[in-house]
Amino acid sequence: MSKALATLVKTQFPEAVLETHAQFGDDTLVLAPDAWKKVARFLRDTPQASMDMLMDLTAVDFPDREPRFEVVAHFYSLEKGHRLRLKARVGDAEGDGAEIDTLTDLWASANWLERECWDMFGVVFKGHPDLRRILMYPEFEGHPLRKDYPADKIQPLVPYLDIENIEKLPPFGPDEGMSFGRQTHAEREDEGGIEDKRDS
Amino acid sequence: MGELTPTTTQILEPGEGQGFATTRLEPLLAWAQKYSLFMYPFVTACCGMEFMAVTSPRYDLGRFGAEAPRFSPRQSDLLWVVGTIVQRQAPILKRIYEQMAEPKWVMAFGTCASCGGFYDNYACVAGIDKIIPCDVYIPGCPPRPEAVLDGLLLLQDKIQRGDKRPRIVKPRTDPVTNPKHGIVELRRSRNSRPIV
Repeated sequence: MSKALATLVKTQFPEAVLETHAQFGDDTLVLAPDAWKKVARFLRDTPQASMDMLMDLTAVDFPDREPRFEVVAHFYSLEKGHRLRLKARVGDAEGDGAEIDTLTDLWASANWLERECWDMFGVVFKGHPDLRRILMYPEFEGHPLRKDYPADKIQPLVPYLDIENIEKLPPFGPDEGMSFGRQTHAEREDEGGIEDKRDS
Repeated sequence: MGELTPTTTQILEPGEGQGFATTRLEPLLAWAQKYSLFMYPFVTACCGMEFMAVTSPRYDLGRFGAEAPRFSPRQSDLLWVVGTIVQRQAPILKRIYEQMAEPKWVMAFGTCASCGGFYDNYACVAGIDKIIPCDVYIPGCPPRPEAVLDGLLLLQDKIQRGDKRPRIVKPRTDPVTNPKHGIVELRRSRNSRPIV
């Protein structure tokens, strides 16, 4: 069914559809970024398509490719019960110039999805009413799901405690093992205190 | 009188129908504190389900005097950090801790609160002891209620001993970016320089 849909879009926008393929029964159209919104509007408004639900919108980072990012949108028609996946490739090798039109005025659900996509990948959605971070905090620099974001880079809001010569040993120290036979205050008094071996 | 255990009572001298006990103030206070740990549950993630199990009648935290929750940090003694703490929540957690009145204790409930668990990434704090002093770490993902009870007993022991030393874990170094290891190099593309 969605095969016919892909063909429909292809005949309607022959210059916009760069390639098509199908994976596990779901058809995919790779579009030129300029035609992103035009094709999406067509899919929503054409009765044969009637894509009334934007299920997901995200991006994939391919650091070896140029354009580097692949913006992916999944559509579903509640009325017809069919699906279609759109992709568009944006951005140069450094991740700059990753821009694409917003779908917010076609599907309201695109608002947060595009904010997330911008937050995680740095893909700019032109015309978005409120493009700011949604998961990370405003002080965060960079986009964490880009492949060149260092794996161990953290940006703490609260400075980490740093005390010299203190290491955590396994959570229970030598005198903290079992709940029976534990040392009590009286025993400490008699034996002149318990030596804490964790510090030595 | 009869409730005083040998832990805090040293001399018990029964008189004519009435007895009295001598003890030291600090152990007596510690004894009182360890059996009245009003808790502030800072529950953020799936460990919360196991936390509910612990606080249910089957495991009966009331046996240890630790069952009463106070949802104001100013009225609570024990901060239960239950679940993953992300960087965005860290200022909130620190503020809650600072709002608590002395004496106060912190319990790291589960692997995530103790050391971050497998959330070793850009978003999460790898252990609450990076931010606030932590007294007891309860391992498990999530810990079984028995483990939690054991942790609570360990905390009571610690209070009775008058031990106030927290444990701090040093930030880890990532083998990926550690120049000593240098096993894996991150690159933007095959031709570009590695990212340090």
